[in-house]
Amino acid sequence: MKKTLALVLAMMMAATMLLTGCGSSGEERVVNVCSWGEYIDEDLIYQFEEETGIKVNYQTAESNEALYSLLKTGAGDYDVIVPSDYMIGRLIAEDMLAELNYDNIPNYAKIGDQYKGLSFDPDNKYTVPYTWGTLGIIYNTTMVDAPITSWDAMFDEKYAGQVLMIRNSRDALAAALLNLGYDINTTDEAQIREAYQLLSGAKNAGVYQAFVMDEVFQKMEGGNAAIAMYYAGDYLTMLENNPDLAYVVPEEGSNWFVDAMCVLKDAQHKTEAEEWINFIAGTDACLANMDYIWYASPNTEALEQYPAYYQETYGEALDMGLYEIMAAPQEVRDRCALYENLPAETLTLYNDLWTELGI
Amino acid sequence: MKKKNNSLLNRLFMALVFVFLYAPIVLLIVFSFNAGNSNTVWKGFSLDWYAKLLHNRLIMQSVYTTLLVSLLATVIATVAGTFAAIGFYAMRRKLRDPLMTINNIPMMNADIVTGVSLCLFFVAFFGLWGDFASWFNGMQHLVRLPTRLTMGFGTLLIAHICFNIPYVILSVGPKLRQMDKNLVDAAMDLGCTWMQAFRKVILPEIKPGIVSGALTAFTMSIDDFVISYFTAGSSASTLAMTIYGMTKKRVTPEINAISTLLFVTVLVLLAIVNIREARQERRRSAELHRV
Amino acid sequence: MKNKLSHFAIPYVIWMALFVVVPIIMVVLYAFSAAGGGFTLANFARMGTYAVVFLRSFKLALIATAVCLLIGYPVSYMMSKEGPQFQRLAMVLIMLPMWMNFLLRTYSWMSILENNGLLNQLFQKIGLIALYNQVFGTDLQYFRLINTQGAVVLGMVYNYLPFMILPIYSVIIKLDRSLIEAARDLGANTFNVFRRVILPLSLPGVLSGITMVFVPSVSTFAISKMLGGGTEMMLGDLIEQQFLGGAYNPQLGAAISLVMMVIVVVCMWVMNRFGEGEEQAVMM
Repeated sequence: MKKTLALVLAMMMAATMLLTGCGSSGEERVVNVCSWGEYIDEDLIYQFEEETGIKVNYQTAESNEALYSLLKTGAGDYDVIVPSDYMIGRLIAEDMLAELNYDNIPNYAKIGDQYKGLSFDPDNKYTVPYTWGTLGIIYNTTMVDAPITSWDAMFDEKYAGQVLMIRNSRDALAAALLNLGYDINTTDEAQIREAYQLLSGAKNAGVYQAFVMDEVFQKMEGGNAAIAMYYAGDYLTMLENNPDLAYVVPEEGSNWFVDAMCVLKDAQHKTEAEEWINFIAGTDACLANMDYIWYASPNTEALEQYPAYYQETYGEALDMGLYEIMAAPQEVRDRCALYENLPAETLTLYNDLWTELGI
Repeated sequence: MKKKNNSLLNRLFMALVFVFLYAPIVLLIVFSFNAGNSNTVWKGFSLDWYAKLLHNRLIMQSVYTTLLVSLLATVIATVAGTFAAIGFYAMRRKLRDPLMTINNIPMMNADIVTGVSLCLFFVAFFGLWGDFASWFNGMQHLVRLPTRLTMGFGTLLIAHICFNIPYVILSVGPKLRQMDKNLVDAAMDLGCTWMQAFRKVILPEIKPGIVSGALTAFTMSIDDFVISYFTAGSSASTLAMTIYGMTKKRVTPEINAISTLLFVTVLVLLAIVNIREARQERRRSAELHRV
Repeated sequence: MKNKLSHFAIPYVIWMALFVVVPIIMVVLYAFSAAGGGFTLANFARMGTYAVVFLRSFKLALIATAVCLLIGYPVSYMMSKEGPQFQRLAMVLIMLPMWMNFLLRTYSWMSILENNGLLNQLFQKIGLIALYNQVFGTDLQYFRLINTQGAVVLGMVYNYLPFMILPIYSVIIKLDRSLIEAARDLGANTFNVFRRVILPLSLPGVLSGITMVFVPSVSTFAISKMLGGGTEMMLGDLIEQQFLGGAYNPQLGAAISLVMMVIVVVCMWVMNRFGEGEEQAVMM
């Protein structure tokens, strides 16, 4: 009995020690970064650590919503996060981000003007863009009769059982809204419901083989489905494994997204965070990242230099067709819109409709 | 009594079950040698992913964290769970049944709810602790308590122990019920102390249950992602967390490579242990024969 | 002596009070509160809408548990009859596949089951698909394996089978052989020995196995998304969506989870009642 008690006491002591042991120790310079997996050329982390002596705790989350949930619960004491546009809007609206001191981020000047002052951060107070890209349709040229140009393909019974819908209410409903000619940021309930009808009608008609996120790689590369909607950068990754795939930003327009670095309001290492952001926004880092993840950089210098960088690294010329898919030219971007943070009731409507679709 | 061996048909059935269990694993190992970056399209043999893996600090660090937290959690949960199971088993039914229900809660609850509720609990505790510590520090100047606690390895470990113990109890419980209830009494009558009765009588009887409980606990720990995600804070990250983090883009074959390495390591360890034990046994039986 | 041994559980009871009961009280509070705070029953009022999801999840979990039992019991029984060399390895060999990450295992299953996957290619090669088309006059290019409820059950069986085998096996290896012999001597045939002696004696292991398979199956997520095509939601997905969906409604998520737990507790209670009755009947 005594031994048991002693054991319990020892265990409790150990637990307390472990708990208190992980309080911030102060001396070492640290920055806690939370981003997405496979979203950085890792050598950059080591390079940064070497140059500055700041230790980087690099963690990854699976989606914007997961990150939000984590922050709301109070679990993540991160300094730098890299959410997408609409989530940034939401975090700003809920007063969770800190204003940046751009004097510490000289590389901010290299970010193109078209990526500044966007709807999520109109006054340029909170963000430094990290990547941008478009959402579009990926299709297997051997499995469709004619090149796809319209969102109609995502709802067309002609391809029943061959279409992969994205498993994300915002993107899925955006496709339907665009197909109906509505704005992707609409808050008009009737329009959203109409889009939902289109989506659920197609689902009931058996158009969708599956609702997918990362599974899309396997399914499209393996030739298991004809049509899917996903992001441009990921299309380029799939293309390496299946040359039959093609990508299009539909004529009705689409979504273009910006992922940007922000600092959380209660960040403990704000100076280090800004140093990190400045490093990542630099031209060399942007080039390395672009080459690694195939998502376009907002750093204009890097964007212009990339074809030359590619030539130098791989000894062959970059296919400019692919380059334009990664970094969509202005005329394509003109027909695309950013997602904006929707009001709570619209988000709830999205959620309810999405649940209904799954029932 | 001589045990009857399995018939060929039975053996075939068992082999099929093992094929079922191992087929996906074989496939996963094959693709760790893929030259391309796909899990489906084969582009030729290469060891690139293994080379890349060795340079990938994020993955290697998370493997280390995973092994550490899983092993620690397994050991603690197995010991605590075994004692708890013995305690439960000795209780009256009226007391045991409600306790068992509470015990099952972490298993019944959706992972994400367990994760979020533990996270809320830790956050609330840290808040209270902060108030207490600043009050305590203000009262005296001898000991300085840290006022700001953050989640990290400690909270991760507690969470893992939390969801592991129910599995240990569920594995040990049946062995206790199977045990002859008079054995312990007999041992006590013959003058054993509590500890001796436990070590010499109960433990050998329930050992298979403990082993299966520990294996189950380790498996749950290694595979958990959601609960870890909400309790690990910003500095610790398990392998499963790193892998799920990749799903916004794609999971690379580096993960296949590290899984293959772990798999092979375990197999080799198993083989060594097994050969050793077989040898010892042979030696023992040889000695017996000589006598 | 009973009471003294029961003291062993005290540390764990304290642990449970701290790390299980307090958090679960938080969940209950959440479930009964509105998004802005304040008491509400609205979260539970919506449960009717989700009845289909509840039914689907419990149905699939039940099927998976039954399949696990049907495969797992014979396997544990046969394992216990193999040589000591194999038995020493058996437990780890059964569990080892589960140490590979869940996502990778499931990706592998996807590659196997896809329309253009390994199994369908195999069927194509051996002419099974052509044969099927000839016999039934159909025009199939492939068998539909993935994106079906069957695939979801397969995923569950694959992931939880070891949790059925281990507890049963650990009970069977130490069965009192003299009881079996006695039954045989008294004229029972093999079937009766199994039905009247072995099965009831291994029941505690079976009950544990069923709990360890059924309970996590109900709340599983990701399996249905990856193998079932994500067109039909399961409870785990529904709960997850409340936390990780765009709307972020943890109160509703907590409420759904609570209702699910209550149903599972009732199921377990019924099963244990039934099980212990059986066991006692044999002991008499």
